[in-house]
Amino acid sequence: MSLRIVVCVKYVPDATGDRHFADDLTVDRDDVDGLLSELDEYAVEQALQIADEADDAEITVLTVGPEDAKDALRKALSMGADKAIHVEDDDLHGTDVIGTSLVLAKAVEKAGYDLVITGMASTDGTMGVLPAILAERLGVPQVTLLSEVKVEDGTVTGRRDGDSASEQLVASLPALVSVTDQSGEARYPSFKGIMAAKKKPVESWDLSDLDLDAEEVGLQGAYTVVESAAQRPARTAGTVVKDEGEGGKQLAEFLAGQKFI
Amino acid sequence: MAEVLVYVDHVDGAVRKPTLELLTLARRVGEPVAVALGAGAEATAAVLAEHGAVKVLTADAPEFADYLVVPKVDALQAAYDAASAGGSLAAVLVPSSAEGKEIAARLAVRIGSGIITDAIDLEAGDEGPVATQAAFAASFTTKSRVSKGTPVITVKPNSAPVEAAPAAGAVEALAVTFGALATGTKVVSRTPRESTGRPELTEAAIVVSGGRGVNGAENFHLIEELADSLGAAVGASRAAVDAGWYPHTNQVGQTGKSVSPQLYIAAGISGAIQHRAGMQTSKTIVAVNKDAEAPIFDLVDYGVVGDLFEVVPQLTGEIKARKG
Repeated sequence: MSLRIVVCVKYVPDATGDRHFADDLTVDRDDVDGLLSELDEYAVEQALQIADEADDAEITVLTVGPEDAKDALRKALSMGADKAIHVEDDDLHGTDVIGTSLVLAKAVEKAGYDLVITGMASTDGTMGVLPAILAERLGVPQVTLLSEVKVEDGTVTGRRDGDSASEQLVASLPALVSVTDQSGEARYPSFKGIMAAKKKPVESWDLSDLDLDAEEVGLQGAYTVVESAAQRPARTAGTVVKDEGEGGKQLAEFLAGQKFI
Repeated sequence: MAEVLVYVDHVDGAVRKPTLELLTLARRVGEPVAVALGAGAEATAAVLAEHGAVKVLTADAPEFADYLVVPKVDALQAAYDAASAGGSLAAVLVPSSAEGKEIAARLAVRIGSGIITDAIDLEAGDEGPVATQAAFAASFTTKSRVSKGTPVITVKPNSAPVEAAPAAGAVEALAVTFGALATGTKVVSRTPRESTGRPELTEAAIVVSGGRGVNGAENFHLIEELADSLGAAVGASRAAVDAGWYPHTNQVGQTGKSVSPQLYIAAGISGAIQHRAGMQTSKTIVAVNKDAEAPIFDLVDYGVVGDLFEVVPQLTGEIKARKG
């Protein structure tokens, strides 16, 4: 029986670009290039490795986002995912994590799944809560923040490295897994993979395909309000000295002046 | 006055500092009611009372240790149900640990509330608590509030002072019924991390981090010795972690820990945006790097352009001498 894997990915503004907020205090996506969130590449990678081990598996990569978000799907397809679903609707603008998790849950259910895989967090919002919320909405076990993951005989096992302990986890499928950047280096798409990706199917769904109303998503459906966003004042240039043999002592002098010693 | 639920992070009854900071913030928006779960929950009551908890709700069951996250969500939901039945509830506050955020997130969606994560400050507002957050690698500061349901907010360590504010802290047993999902993910085994004797990275007042310039695991003792001279935690950049020189649990940056200490010392770290995302809110920043053009120098209060193998040991020696 085929193992159906859905990988949820996000198209995010490039962190090395000049990120800022638009007038409505949503993330301004027009002035900065986007890309597949780096942390989601690890999710795609683990999906590919799990699929390799399975007798028969199909990987669907899923994203919610504007037109440009197709680029994130193409990247995942070029890495080796089989097909893609793009949930796109003008009414989605300004959707928060609660709304996004609702859209993803509906889309994942519509796509059909045995295993959902996500990254540990997006690299723009960096909340890290979507995997847990999605598991809650789907009503399946959350097996999250894994640095090692294995799927066999209808169960998923993994290692979660926490602050105080390292835990071995096990759950039955269907389940939701999130993986950390320690799970294994993500592969680069090959030229062949990039060419093949162009022919892979990308389905587009809108809110009506998911039986969702505009009021449930977007800024009006959001559960949080950003009241203000201000650029932090640039740190005033501090003192930078060149070490001429006394650099450590000069630094100690500074720390003592600041009462750290 | 409305109650505020405060989720207690403790280890066998020893309350961790971020929870005491939460109690300080909780008092700004209501009367703190602490929720302590698992082994030693009742032992937390005295210190929670001393820091402002009017009530301490406790529950223990094997499920809390044997299964991942969801049993704790069931318990926090029981506390939410009990508190909201008794009147208005101003907010639910949870420490911003990885597990804390997952617990808060699941609770929020269950009770139909919005969630704000990684707040660095909290104040009372006309329409509910207003949380301050750092966005885009801390280059922006935002103020947000939850507009639907009872605000669920997770707060980063070092966001508020720990203040004594004695309150009744009456212990009450919390009745918890575990749902079908509670036993979904079993914890088969747990290997405690070996204690280094140093402060926890995210909670430390001073952090000393090493990067690519440390040039090998065998040289990290220089970073550790400097940290120990200051009573600091040790951090590492992603380059140092990926090279296998220091454990991932000590990684500071976008894919590691985000720290906000009083003093951050970066040795041999160039300061890529991904690293800055994890330390830019530090109060005082100091760097030692050979490369005068390294972006870290744009952030520093004090920087030394020089070889860390010369500068760091000299600094450590000087600190030890001054401390006598």
